[in-house]
Amino acid sequence: MSAETDRLADPEAAGQGAADDGLVLPRYQRPSGVHPPLDWPDYRSSQLRAPLRPLVPMPQWLTEVTGPLLGAERVTNADADLTTRHAGEPIGERIIVSGRVLDSDGRPIPDTLVEIWQANAAGRYKHQVDDHQAPLDPNFDGSGRCVTDSQGRYRFITIKPGSYPWRNHPNAWRPSHIHFSLLGRAFTQRLVTQMYFPGDPLFAQDPIFNSVPDPKARERMIARFSLDLTVPDRALGFEWDIVLRGRMATAFETREDA
Amino acid sequence: MTLEITPSQTVGPFLALGLPWPDGPFVVPEATPGAVTITGRVTDVAGDPVPDALVETWQADECSGFSHPDDPRGAARSAVPRFRGFGRCATDVAGRYRIVTIRPGPLPCPAGRTEAPHLDVSVFARGLLDRLVTRIYFCDEPEANAADPVLSAIAEPDRRATLIASAAEGGRPGEFTFDIRLRGERETVFFEV
Repeated sequence: MSAETDRLADPEAAGQGAADDGLVLPRYQRPSGVHPPLDWPDYRSSQLRAPLRPLVPMPQWLTEVTGPLLGAERVTNADADLTTRHAGEPIGERIIVSGRVLDSDGRPIPDTLVEIWQANAAGRYKHQVDDHQAPLDPNFDGSGRCVTDSQGRYRFITIKPGSYPWRNHPNAWRPSHIHFSLLGRAFTQRLVTQMYFPGDPLFAQDPIFNSVPDPKARERMIARFSLDLTVPDRALGFEWDIVLRGRMATAFETREDA
Repeated sequence: MTLEITPSQTVGPFLALGLPWPDGPFVVPEATPGAVTITGRVTDVAGDPVPDALVETWQADECSGFSHPDDPRGAARSAVPRFRGFGRCATDVAGRYRIVTIRPGPLPCPAGRTEAPHLDVSVFARGLLDRLVTRIYFCDEPEANAADPVLSAIAEPDRRATLIASAAEGGRPGEFTFDIRLRGERETVFFEV
């Protein structure tokens, strides 16, 4: 690393949660090897936009261990159902996507905002930049939001998004996916990711899915078909839990140990 | 119980479908007395605008407080009406974003030091497989900035300068500019948090 990282040395040692002035802060796990590298040549546009310099380690102090606790005031119940916004029903396979938002300590994250967006059943986004020659669906916008309940559970009703071509490499196609955005309870927990569907034949050639280095971690982006969530005569159920960074032992506990 | 975390993926080119809020850029209402604006451009390796990025900000209130239970000093409530602490703005075709907020107070940090007024920033865009994290400091706080442990840990002055919002050219007091250069020349400092 560079000289600039030396000066802060180990952010933990630099006083993360040091209690000598009474400031005891939670401390969030620093995941290594889970997230994709920013500089990923297989994903062409990363070569225009991902920074070249190494990231500078930053301590987790007051701004980082807090975050926007936005939820109920930003959503209505109708926002979680993407199939009932218009006069008619959208074309496609109706699905329910549900699961829990947890931290890596297994604690549910209640009352947190979950935002999603996706293509329609034909693989077309309702966005002016999307020029894929597939039909728009007048009954489908492709965005939804909800707030997790006291158990951290979320639930959306939507249609299964189609695959679509893109220009990353010859004959490139994105596997079906739904974009998910999570605020969590702290700035450190902020996550945007994509949920995939089991058994998709397009995984092997997708540089975005495969940018996650650990194959087991890739599996954690794939929802599981659930007969329990499936509503008879109505919609197929998919279950997908989302795990955000957890808090490690607090400085207070560390002090007790010391 | 230990669970493995869910990996990050890019927001892709169509984040405008799901993420922007009409009131997103307004951490406080536009007409708030003492409001400051931060505008800037997000650019790529060629200096070209990034028209499909999302910039989010998070900050303390004017009295250095957070409306959050994990603040060990206690959850604060800003005296500024409708202060949200959080801002979110998608870039336009010219790569520009704009956030309307108030200047946060300085913050105590461990070992008796003080962080200068700052905003934490997340940047999302097609081409970014994970969010980028940076910070906005203010050019008219030279002493506080010099004492800030995060800022002063960056050795090169040119690199440090990428984290400091400047007075907007021809702007009124309280109008700041903060450009975000994702890659290449004068690349913005990004953090691992």
